[in-house]
Amino acid sequence: MSSLTASRVLAPVGTAGKLFAFGLDVGRGLFRRPFQLREFLQQAWFIASVTIIPTALVAIPFGAVIALQVGGLIKQFGAQSFTGSAAVLAVVREAGPIATSLLIAGAGGSAIAADLGARKIREELDAMMVLGIDPIQRLVVPRVLACMLVAVFLNGLVSVVGVAGGYVFNVVLQDGTPGAYISSFTALAQLPDLWQGMVKALVFGLIAAIVASYKGMNAAGGPKGVGDAVNESVVITFMLLFLVNFVMSAIYLQLVPPKTG
Amino acid sequence: MGVEIQIDNLSKSFGKQLIWGNVTLTVPAGEVSVMLGPSGTGKSVLLKTLIGLLKPDEGSVVIEGTDIATCSEKDLYEIRKLFGVLFQDGAMFGSMNLYDNVAFPLREHTKKSESEIRDIVMEKMDLVGLLGAEDKLPGEISGGMRKRAGLARALVLDPEIVLFDEPDSGLDPVRTAFLNQLIVDLNAQIDATFLIVTHDINTARTVPDNIGLLYHKHLAMFGPREMLLSSEEPVVRQFLNAQRVGPIGMSEEKDADELEAEKDQEMPPLPPIPMQLEPSNGIPRRSQRPAGEWCREHGVTPPPGSFDGNMSMATGG
Repeated sequence: MSSLTASRVLAPVGTAGKLFAFGLDVGRGLFRRPFQLREFLQQAWFIASVTIIPTALVAIPFGAVIALQVGGLIKQFGAQSFTGSAAVLAVVREAGPIATSLLIAGAGGSAIAADLGARKIREELDAMMVLGIDPIQRLVVPRVLACMLVAVFLNGLVSVVGVAGGYVFNVVLQDGTPGAYISSFTALAQLPDLWQGMVKALVFGLIAAIVASYKGMNAAGGPKGVGDAVNESVVITFMLLFLVNFVMSAIYLQLVPPKTG
Repeated sequence: MGVEIQIDNLSKSFGKQLIWGNVTLTVPAGEVSVMLGPSGTGKSVLLKTLIGLLKPDEGSVVIEGTDIATCSEKDLYEIRKLFGVLFQDGAMFGSMNLYDNVAFPLREHTKKSESEIRDIVMEKMDLVGLLGAEDKLPGEISGGMRKRAGLARALVLDPEIVLFDEPDSGLDPVRTAFLNQLIVDLNAQIDATFLIVTHDINTARTVPDNIGLLYHKHLAMFGPREMLLSSEEPVVRQFLNAQRVGPIGMSEEKDADELEAEKDQEMPPLPPIPMQLEPSNGIPRRSQRPAGEWCREHGVTPPPGSFDGNMSMATGG
């Protein structure tokens, strides 16, 4: 009985270990030739096409909310000339990577998990292995790379659209002055903020694609299994991405001194 | 000329549940063998173990000196090029049309030009009777066509071993008969080792050179077709003749009461052994043995009426 409880308690650890091992397999697959350029381009195009519009639509209210919240607060301090800097800081440092992670996990990851899961239960992956082709190299590696590439671009998109949305709300709705918004852009924000946002997006894309591929390739039990795999992959990815976002932010704030004056 | 598969002391369990244990047999090179067994006895699991999709808990599967159970991933992918596998539903890649599906292994593994690939693909499509359907997607065709397309793809790399996972499940009797004829003709043509997993009795009685029976977590018997068809062993006899009387019940094993009640019931006499299916061009296959040879050599009297060319294919019972 005790061994049964122990095996139950340790089961999540086993799953985490298998996920990590899968990640290592993918890492090894990265360097195996031939590189599947065609699959990579197709997947990059596909992931971009399912994420671009939702991302842009999510980014506008994100920028607007920050502008509304911070704008009111800053007015009370009498520091209206810094509204732009606050929006840039919030969007580029945090909102960009977070919105990217939501969309990459929700739209890109679920599509990958559903696709691989359907192939798994139709025995396509088995057939591929039997034909002497490693599905990790043939299918997973191009998806992981495509997801990382698209995530970086999405991060840029969120930054631009978010800042623009903040501008519109600040200037049009809150009677801020365009000059104050734009000229204070670089007052608090600095170039490393942009780099860290991109690095975060890259890591988020990696994690989302690996979790989705792992869940998809281990789907079992017919069509219901595919649904479960998609569901689990989105939930696990969300949890992981928010955790990783926190850790990376904490590390970044330790490494890069905040800009003063 | 085919490759032999040596299976030694193979065991596989999922969690605590043993699927089968202690399976030892040699699938002879170039011959057609059938693996039978009641539903749920792990026939498909056995097939997947032979190609290394599942790792056995114990034992070895040796093909050309390489043990599939313990070799490295790299060797495994190499040895799999000897295999052609027909999956239950064909396992065609849903995003590609039939032509690309069949061409896929050639494009991945060979440096052939597109025109060479075209010739090979068309030849295999012709072989399985799918000429004209190259542009269809797997979702647009019937299950029988998907199976034949899967067979074309399995054959495209000229395999030494061809594994069939229930080639006759979900097919009507006429298509099954055609497919069986196709299997026999193919064996005559490419001389590869064939292993068919099925529970279709008619296929098992007429197609193979050898029959194996998985029952109750072990291999009950494996040997030449005539040996099993003339066997008095209750399990073999019950299964090969599709009878209710015998040790196999609805839930795998019958309980003691039922067996007790059946004790005095006489098993019906063995039905005659049918002729083996001949290649359609009439030239015997290289591994084919003359009808009744095994029975004569081992002093077994086949049931009356055996090896009558005009005999119907009915299975007694």
